[in-house]
Amino acid sequence: MLTKFKRIIGLLLVVPAVVTANVSEYQLDNGLKLIVKEDHRAPVVVSQVWYKVGSSYEHNGITGISHVLEHMMFKGTENLGPNEFSQIIAANGGRENAFTGRDYTAYFQTLEKDRLEVSFRLEAERMRKLVIDEAELLKEREVVAEERRMRTEDNPHALVREAFNATAFINSPYHHPVIGWMSDINNYEASDLRQWYQKWYAPNNATVVIVGDVDPVAVYSLAKKYFGPLKPETTAKLKPQTEVEQRGKRTIEVQAPAELPYMMLGWKVPVVNTVEKEQSWEPYALEMLAGILDGGQSARFSRELVRGEEVAASVGAGYGLFSRLADMFLVVGTPAKGKSIAELQLAVMKQVEKLQTELVSEKELHRIKAQVVANAVYERDSVFYQAMQIGMLETIGMDWELTDQYVENVQAVTAEQVQAVAKKYFKDKGLTVAELIPMPLDNKRPVASAGARHGR
Amino acid sequence: MDAKLLGILLSLLLTLSVQASPNIEHWQTENGAEVYFVPAPELAMVDITVAFDAGAARDGKQSGLALLTNAMLNEGAGGLDTDQIAIAFEDVGAQFGNSSQRDMAIISLRTLTEKEAFDPALAMFTKVLTQPDFPEPAFERIKKQMLIGLQAEKQSPSALASRAFYSNVYGEHSYAAMPAGDENSVPQLTLASLNAFYKQYYVAKNAVIVLVGAVTITQAKHIAEQLSSGLVTGEPASSLARVTPTTEEKTIVIEHPSSQTHIVMGQVGMSRGDDDYFTLYVGNHILGGSGLVSQLSNEVREKRGLSYSVYSYFRPMRELGPYQFGLQTRNDQAEEALNVMKTTLKEFTEKGPTEAELLAAKQNITGEFALRLDSNSKIAGYLAMIGFYGLPLDYLETFKSKINAVTVEQIKEAYSRRIKADNMITVLVGGKAE
Repeated sequence: MLTKFKRIIGLLLVVPAVVTANVSEYQLDNGLKLIVKEDHRAPVVVSQVWYKVGSSYEHNGITGISHVLEHMMFKGTENLGPNEFSQIIAANGGRENAFTGRDYTAYFQTLEKDRLEVSFRLEAERMRKLVIDEAELLKEREVVAEERRMRTEDNPHALVREAFNATAFINSPYHHPVIGWMSDINNYEASDLRQWYQKWYAPNNATVVIVGDVDPVAVYSLAKKYFGPLKPETTAKLKPQTEVEQRGKRTIEVQAPAELPYMMLGWKVPVVNTVEKEQSWEPYALEMLAGILDGGQSARFSRELVRGEEVAASVGAGYGLFSRLADMFLVVGTPAKGKSIAELQLAVMKQVEKLQTELVSEKELHRIKAQVVANAVYERDSVFYQAMQIGMLETIGMDWELTDQYVENVQAVTAEQVQAVAKKYFKDKGLTVAELIPMPLDNKRPVASAGARHGR
Repeated sequence: MDAKLLGILLSLLLTLSVQASPNIEHWQTENGAEVYFVPAPELAMVDITVAFDAGAARDGKQSGLALLTNAMLNEGAGGLDTDQIAIAFEDVGAQFGNSSQRDMAIISLRTLTEKEAFDPALAMFTKVLTQPDFPEPAFERIKKQMLIGLQAEKQSPSALASRAFYSNVYGEHSYAAMPAGDENSVPQLTLASLNAFYKQYYVAKNAVIVLVGAVTITQAKHIAEQLSSGLVTGEPASSLARVTPTTEEKTIVIEHPSSQTHIVMGQVGMSRGDDDYFTLYVGNHILGGSGLVSQLSNEVREKRGLSYSVYSYFRPMRELGPYQFGLQTRNDQAEEALNVMKTTLKEFTEKGPTEAELLAAKQNITGEFALRLDSNSKIAGYLAMIGFYGLPLDYLETFKSKINAVTVEQIKEAYSRRIKADNMITVLVGGKAE
């Protein structure tokens, strides 16, 4: 059933050529959403299946289960053997993988445009007919444990980030890492996985995003053919798990083998999904603020902290407007040689104070807006990125058209609004600070030996 | 591989669709820079890349010099300072980039093509390329940042492994050193040597200019002339020394307080434009280059769950680049994982792939050909490679047929002639088994 059909003329304010972005949106009777964006520059298509499930859907004890399930999705179905999915995609000249985030799990293939059917046939199969084999799960738990060691255990910055999130978020599920705690990874049972799959993997909990050199009507009939027969599921209603109000600055230290100190600061802030209606401009003002601090080599952090004062070897600001739950505005950095974390922190706080007490100049505002406008054009060089934007927004419960409105919304931000969000949110009460305390690495000089490896 | 999959493969072979490659325009500027251009009118933007034969292979004893020179270009030019240069680009939404590896030193510009953005962006890009000032304070600051970067390497087992790998595979060759330099060499770099390096290598006859985007060929010619005319004509960089492959097995163990051991194994591989390029490329695709469906992934990850990532790849360079294998695994499994990797390689060099594996690889590589060229930035990357390494202009056009021509016998022969499975350099960085 076709519920909506939209053709959007994208308005990119400074760009002379009128750029049209053809997007068609459909919904099948079983609830599956299909969004097709035409991009005829190259004879390729990217196909992504997005499920509304991720680490923020998990509770303690099974953290990371969405991610391990993503791994198991390659390990066989009623009609496909382990790894056969990947073999068939490879044989069709496709590239494929999957990723899990806090708010989504997504699977993708990039193919020559006439191979889209292969993607639909296989994705439809594993949407409802996954087989969780005990032996395969045991092996995959080991693979995921290795993945966690590689990404987190042996990476001092990742250890800080994990402890930081677990400190800043008390009851929000953003408390725990996407990959899960190690003791949870080591204890998933096949039945846990089967339940998780049954609960979330269904057409009415999925969005299929197609971007490329395709005809939307043909894609729609292909989708009906393969995804149409799948039965919907009664998906569970999520509890809100709204983060409790922070009542004061939280400070932690993380000791890990490292050479360089590192710090992470974060203030609790709203995102587009959680902001009060009357203040819907706030996330865009925070986005602008992130740009003022860290939007390129000419932004304040680079200009004044890395150059200027030379107090930072590197320093960055980060804010994402699009997530399911309220999030944080982050500042991370490493002090310059001979400078301390305390000095870097002080310099960052001075920058924050300046934003609260002085209006940013029109020149700075203009510069960030020019970059936002230009980036909107540059992003269209990648079909994959275009599909990512659509899928992510839909999956966190927002309209993909926000990607088009994003530029206008940032353009509308005023200097007063930037100052207002700086005053409102950058208070110690909502601040969390984490510092890496480098412990000795104690690595000996390389020992060279001929032949086999000794003594291990 | 089962019969069903083989059937699918064979049926696919019959449905190969014909794909046009981009039409590459190629010319030289008046003072000798090579220019490669592909028009892409769909998006109102252009990518410009200028690549010089001025990478770390040219460092000599001053390890880190090429990288530092490249990094200093936008730190002062034509009397403007770093802030003014950054503002000029960012005011119009343009993106300036610089990078330097062993062979190539690159500066790049991505900008909108509307006049209000394009003209100032190109003017600043030209200035940065042709009139760098190399001011002292920025020089000292970037040196300090390079030293911080070297410290950061010490907390990364993979970075430690990579450094030890190159050093042992290349010995006395200039590829042995890391582009980032080392703690002894970086403090000793001087502005005088940097100026001399720029003078010798950032010259028209040593440059490849790549343009992809919404400009006409007339505009492209004008842009290339503008960029090149500010450069001294100069001379192409001289040829590099030949690489002498190591002849004995060697294992390097570096203790690190990590829960995993990072293993990097390999030897000298092949060059760009190598006679065996396509044969070795397809062979390695089957062995360890095709992600989750490669032999290595199947043995190490799928069958045994020993590592999240396991790979092998050739990095073809001006001279023989490395052939590198790698994985990471829990410290107490390092020995087992290394043995599986070695055994898989050894069997492959002795037996070669099966016909079915070769067919699957060809299907994968030729079938995904269109994906290699589906964006301006990817096309620009290929043009830079073709131009820099002097590959034929029909490289992309003939790519699929050359892949399809590779046989099992050729792979076996090339592997047995060039890959010495018993003479690998192996680096292990990790902790003791718990």
